Parts: sequence; structure tokens; C-alpha cells
Amino acid sequence: MSEPLIHARGLTKTYGDFVAVDGIDFDVAKGESFGFLGPNGAGKSSTMRIIGATSVRTSGTLTILGKDPEVNGPQIRAHLGVVPQQDNLDVELTVSENIFIYGRYFGLSSSFINKKIPELLEFAQLEEKKDVKVQALSGGMKRRLTIARSLVSEPDILMLDEPTTGLDPQARHILWDRLFRLKEQGVTLLITTHYMDEAEQLCDRLIVMDKGKIMAENSPAQLIKDYSTKEVLEVRFGSDRNQEMVEVLRPLAERIEVLPDRILLYAEDGEQLLESIAAKGIHPNTSLVRRSSLEDVFLRLTGRTLVE
Amino acid sequence: MTTEAVQLSERRLGKFGDKYFAGRPQQVLLRNWISFKSSAWIAVVSGFLEPVLYLLSFGYGIGELVGSIATPGGEISYAAYIAPGLLATSAMNGAMLDSTWNVFFKLNESRLYNAMLATSLGPLDVALGEIAWALMRGGIYATAFTVIVAALGLVTTWWALLAIPAAIIVAFGFASFGMAITSYMKSHHQMNFFYIFLLPMFLFSGAFYPLTVFPGWGQAIIKALPLRQGIELVTRAMSGEFGIHILVNISYFMVMICVGLFFTTKRLNALFMK
Repeated sequence: MSEPLIHARGLTKTYGDFVAVDGIDFDVAKGESFGFLGPNGAGKSSTMRIIGATSVRTSGTLTILGKDPEVNGPQIRAHLGVVPQQDNLDVELTVSENIFIYGRYFGLSSSFINKKIPELLEFAQLEEKKDVKVQALSGGMKRRLTIARSLVSEPDILMLDEPTTGLDPQARHILWDRLFRLKEQGVTLLITTHYMDEAEQLCDRLIVMDKGKIMAENSPAQLIKDYSTKEVLEVRFGSDRNQEMVEVLRPLAERIEVLPDRILLYAEDGEQLLESIAAKGIHPNTSLVRRSSLEDVFLRLTGRTLVE
Repeated sequence: MTTEAVQLSERRLGKFGDKYFAGRPQQVLLRNWISFKSSAWIAVVSGFLEPVLYLLSFGYGIGELVGSIATPGGEISYAAYIAPGLLATSAMNGAMLDSTWNVFFKLNESRLYNAMLATSLGPLDVALGEIAWALMRGGIYATAFTVIVAALGLVTTWWALLAIPAAIIVAFGFASFGMAITSYMKSHHQMNFFYIFLLPMFLFSGAFYPLTVFPGWGQAIIKALPLRQGIELVTRAMSGEFGIHILVNISYFMVMICVGLFFTTKRLNALFMK
């Protein structure tokens, strides 16, 4: 790996007594798609704001393209495309005016921006909406426009904070497709998410965060390999009986997790486990065999689920 | 790995205040112009109309009862007497409209400043751009008002042209101060504070009658208020009365402008660079 694009050591952010980011270390390489996975309040957004040079770290070192955001804030922001969690499009302007003026904020010339607008509108699939005021767009369209807008300055790093929160499944898939294209073009992506499927789809490598700390770091596949079994058997006995079944089931699985509505049994072969349970005369109300996911990794690492 | 945007951002590197100022407040002005082009003209016209209506109704209505007024420069009509005060008020209204409600909306509801400050712009660019826009609006209101006053035959000398730069100074002061206070406001409720303050200031600042109707302590309080300072500045500029007094008025606004800019930048920095 050549010199990392982003290099953080002991990165810490406190607000009064509250420690939002607690001494984390990570490196992001050029062209990599790097994820921060964790529940709300894990410190992901705080970390993103520090990288985005709109928040000052309390301690630790951080360099982005070799520059320190505390010294070179505006210069670092010129390298970044920022897609915040809450849309902040200019609601008084049209779709193409939004892209235009955003480019002007970076000081780019009108001719430079006007050449880029058609290409960005096409990328965001908003050609037909170019003269529409932003207020009239759907949630998915707004998010795509926010991404298109952030690309006007040709950023080296695109930062996406919870990019698909609040979108319906179809809009999410369109958005993922667009992000894949950017990844293929070599744009470095930084993504925070509390959706494990999003992290699995988009991230080459990710850190699992909880309460400001890094719990694990690796590729999604390797994290699953390291922290979970190949498959998971989910069984439900109804809320009254779940608890009494736990002790009966515990010896049968490699590991067991009890959630309020279901029991998760970890095994290399889920079907086989289900058969051996049935052989003991245990018949759950419902059962489901699935592959392990990052959700299971998170549960293993923290004892809690991602979306509560 | 140096894109256009990065090269542009490096231009002010190492210069004074490079973390807060990218040298591009005009882009914030441009944004407001694009938005303004498609905005409701009625809101623009109504702000301008208010002092004109006062001039017509009070100047010619009450003026009928009052008759002419003796001033150091000779006898003038009541309408001519109140014109400078209304001009200063017009500049204030124009500047305050943008620097209060519009800024509040961009700060708290549309999150526009979040978007601006995620680019290579700095908080001083945003503050200067917004204040410049507000003062332009104040300046345009004041210019239009001066044209009407002149068309009504209420000015007799070319000094009246100086009313326009004087009104722009007044607008700058109010825009700068108004934005600073707005940046600290957290709710619509608190925003009403401006109007609790602005209306009495307008009625008691001596736009319609001489301050001598008040006792000495009352006059002292009113003279410390920005609208009174603005009225004096415009009156003196319009009558070509230059001396120590007009310098005091101008200095008052210079302080207001600087204090407003300082606190606006500080507050934006605290809000968005925390």
C-alpha cells in the first residue's frame, strides 16, 4: 500500500464529558471503499465531520492526502464530496441551479460547471427534472442530486453519511448502483451506515464501531468468517417459550443468541442443525436458515443488534 | 491529484485568515441572485412600499395640519421634514428583511450554510456574502425612495444624492448586526424579538417630530439607538452638513458593522466547525 489517503491515529472527539470518538486508528487507501458500521451514536458521523474538516478533533493525529484538517480545512474540503445524512439541498433553487452554484462555491468557472452539468444529471438520472425546484423531488431523487452535486468539484474522496436511510428498497438499489459506478471509476468512498446489507454491498473494508471505539476491522467476508459461523438458524417458539428453550438448545449449536422475538443458533450447516433439533422432538413455530451477515458479527462483538 | 477545485483552494493558503475566508463572498451573492430572480416580487415591493406610504399619508395628511417647519436651512414642508427619517427607515427595513428571517431560514431550516461550509468556502465568505446581499437590498430600497422623494419635489439641493451612500452605510450596519443576532437565535419565537424592538424604535426615533419633545434622559437613550443615528446621518448628508457630528454617526455605524461581522463569523464557525 502506498501512502494512505486518510491516516488516523488515536483520533478522539469529546463534547464536554461525552466521548463521541474514543482514540481510533485507521487508514484508507486510494480507490478503496471504506465503511464505518455501527448503531446510531457509535461515533461514525463525528468521525466523518472531523475528516470533512467541519469539526475539530480533541486529540490524536489525522492527515488527509498528507494535510492536517486543522491547518488546511478549506484545502481538504476542496478534495472532498460530502453527502450528509440530512439533505441540505438549496430548496429555493432548481436541480441544475443546485449543481451550478455548488460548483461556484468551490470557485469553479461557469464554463467548467456548465460542461459538467449534463453529465451529472445523467448520472443522477435527473435529466428530465433539471428545471424543477428541489422541493418537488422524491427522497431518492434528492439523495441522487446531493451525490451529483458533490461530484461537481471532481472530488478524490466521496463521503456518504447514511446514504440510504429513509429510502424505499427500489430507491436504495438505484443509489447503490450509482455508487458502484463511482467505485469502478476509482473514486475513494467513505460510507457510514447502520445497514449491514449496505456495508456488505458497498464496502471493500470496514470498521465496526460501538460507543466511539473500533470493535473490529476487515473486509465484510473476513469479518463474518472471523466472528461468526457460516450459517445461522433462526427459530421462534413464541415470546413465552423462547426463554425456556434456550437451555435445551444451547448444547446443540456452536453459539446461541437470544433476541426478544427469536433465538439465533450458529452452525456451519443450518439445515443439519434444524434436523438434529427435530430429532430431539423440538418443533419451533417457525424456522429459517440463512448465511451469517455483518449483523451477526455486530451481535457477537457487542451483544446488541444494529437497528434497535 | 490536483483538481481545479484544489488548485483554487490553495490560492489564499498562507494569507491572513485563510481558514475563515476563501475570497469568494460573491458566490454567496450569486446564489441569492439566482434565488431572487424566481422569488415572489410582492414581498420585495411590500418592504419598499411601507416608508413610501408613511411619506404620503403623514407627509401630506398630517402635513396639512402642521404646515411648514422652520429649520436652520429655512422653511420646509412637513413631507420634506420627515423624508430623511423615512429614508433611513427604508434602508433599515431592506437590510433587516434579509439578514433576519431569510438568514434564520437558511441557518435552521434549509441548512444552506451547512452545504456552503462543506465546500472550500469559509464562514467569513458566507457572512460577508449574506450581509452584502442584505445591504444591497437596503441600498436599492433607499435609492428608489430617494427617486420618489425627488420626484415629489421634496429635495432642493444636489446634496440629496448623498442620501444614497448614507443609506447604504445605515443598511450595512443593520445587516451586519441583524445577521449576528439572528445567528444566535434558536426559534421563531425568539425572532419576534426584532419586531418588539424595531417598531418602537421607528416610532420614537424622531422621524416624525423633533426629539426635543422628550426629556433629556429620553433623548439620550434614543440617540444611542441605531435608527436615530441613521436618521441623523441621512439628514446631515442630505443637507450637506459635514462636521464632527456626521463623523460620530459614521463611526457609530463602522463599529456596528465590525462588531456584527466579528460575531457572525465567530458564531458560524462555532455552529459549523465544532
